[in-house]
Amino acid sequence: MDEYCIKTRGLKLFYGEFEALKGLDIRFLSGKTSALIGPSGCGKTTLLRCFNRINERYEGVRTEGEVVVQEHDIYSADTDLVELRKKVGMVFQRPNPLPLSVRDNILYGLRLHFSRKYRDASTLDEALETSLRAVHLWDDLKDSLSTEATTLSLEKQQKLCIARLLPLKPEVILMDEPCSALDPDATAKIEELLRDLAGDYSLVIVTHNMAQARRVSDECAFMLLGEVVEMRRTEDLFVSPRDQRTANYIEGRFG
Amino acid sequence: MNASPFATSARTATNRRVESVGKTVLAGVTALLILPLTAILGLLVIRGAPALSMEFLLEAPTAGMTAGGVFPAIVGTLWLVGVSLAVSAPVGIMAGIYLNEYAKANWLTRMVNLAIVNLAGVPSIVHALFGVGVFVLFLGLGTSILSASLTLAIMTLPVIIASTKEALAAVPMAFREACWTLGATRWQTIRHVVLPNSISGILTGVILQVSRAAGETAPIMFTGAAFYLPFLPQSVQDQCMALSMHLFTVSTQVPNVPEAIPYATALVLLSVVLLVNMFAIAFRTYLRRNRKW
Ligand SMILES: Nc1ncnc2c1ncn2[C@@H]1O[C@H](COP(=O)(O)OP(=O)(O)OP(=O)(O)O)[C@@H](O)[C@H]1O
Ligand SMILES: [Mg+2]
Repeated sequence: MDEYCIKTRGLKLFYGEFEALKGLDIRFLSGKTSALIGPSGCGKTTLLRCFNRINERYEGVRTEGEVVVQEHDIYSADTDLVELRKKVGMVFQRPNPLPLSVRDNILYGLRLHFSRKYRDASTLDEALETSLRAVHLWDDLKDSLSTEATTLSLEKQQKLCIARLLPLKPEVILMDEPCSALDPDATAKIEELLRDLAGDYSLVIVTHNMAQARRVSDECAFMLLGEVVEMRRTEDLFVSPRDQRTANYIEGRFG
Repeated sequence: MNASPFATSARTATNRRVESVGKTVLAGVTALLILPLTAILGLLVIRGAPALSMEFLLEAPTAGMTAGGVFPAIVGTLWLVGVSLAVSAPVGIMAGIYLNEYAKANWLTRMVNLAIVNLAGVPSIVHALFGVGVFVLFLGLGTSILSASLTLAIMTLPVIIASTKEALAAVPMAFREACWTLGATRWQTIRHVVLPNSISGILTGVILQVSRAAGETAPIMFTGAAFYLPFLPQSVQDQCMALSMHLFTVSTQVPNVPEAIPYATALVLLSVVLLVNMFAIAFRTYLRRNRKW
């Protein structure tokens, strides 16, 4: 595996005239969990959405610079968005299971990308079980695979949203404040899951919760006004920040 | 003992009186809305009753429209509604999907949207002239079911497009993002998630146009509907009678029509529209229940 799962070079993003990302050079370690922290509006979500190019859906978005995933600039002309998104999955702030059954949610990705002959019943069942086990849902849901996913608790929904990425064997999973819609108990369970997934996948997590960043991440980046102020091992960042602005933020002087 | 601290104060009493007056007025106005509908229906039934019979439904008009039934007009109306919606529903839904799901906010999209809004405001008599000019004469389709239906289709199109867009816009963005992050293409997203979750809204828009297409007289008068035809239409190239047109004819064009006939015709027209709507609603419910892909 490559040492870094994502590298950016001079990454800029404009919403119309507004420069939301101001030429970022940032790298995320493979097989590790990286956290993005920073005050509201500093561009965390924007940055995350650059990595699977989902920003482009919105009008007037313009991107400059490079984002290298698997030795390849994903903004180059020969990048197929469908292939990119198979490799770089995303989990959103609010759990967004599709209004289908648990089973169909998990298998949706496989059904999209593999023709019928590769998905006989046993392959599908195996993928279903593996994915649900990986997110600690199998025991809870194995007898209710045909329940509508939208009726599950938010915690289970969010786990399901992670699980449905797994059959596609992503390199990187991007998570935008995956716990902000959940209560502390559910948050703890998701954090436990994140620690289990680390190693098998490279995780990039945006969070407002600094304690969470400390608990789950290996590396942490502090962003401010569209720039990365500092990125280091999480412990180092929190214990001995180099930049005064980082220190102010983690001591809660603004935010 | 002191007065209760929770006793009604003068101010609260006034507020409460105003509240109850307000509620009564609003409820009253709402209840009044039932009146026109029941009045119309009641009038039609009472006045039309003498003419209503099985023969009225199943026979052609006779004696210079002063006797007989409306069967050819029922058949004609079904033709017109069917053919016009067969054109405008798919075209309108496809355009609505394109505009809401694909179109970028550029000048072309703005022009198209402007055109749709304005098309919706065009009076039906203008549609009639357009139909004569383009379908009957220019395209040489003659006065036929096809010309009349296409004219009706143009008339119903803008509303179908608008209601389709509205129904699609109501589908949460989060569903689309969920699909994209799994590598679904736009079309797969639309097909698997957006349409199943908006189909009932889309069909509601189409259903509302049934009564519009069945009820209008002007657009079909010069393009394909006839005052009187002794035979039923065999294809879209024939002319046809239509209930709306027939109603116009028997109420204003022909002398000595028994008073019951126009009322009975109107009642049949309403019933046909209601029946078609009921089928459409049943179909919609069926789709909603079988939301499996
Ligand atoms: N679609 C958009 N159009 C225009 N400006 C936008 C858009 N999305 C975000 N912005 C702006 O870009 C900046 C960065 O937004 P972003 O959502 O990335 O911040 P964030 O760090 O994720 O904030 P939060 O912690 O509140 O989620 C903000 O100033 C925001 O107003
Ligand atoms: Mg955000």
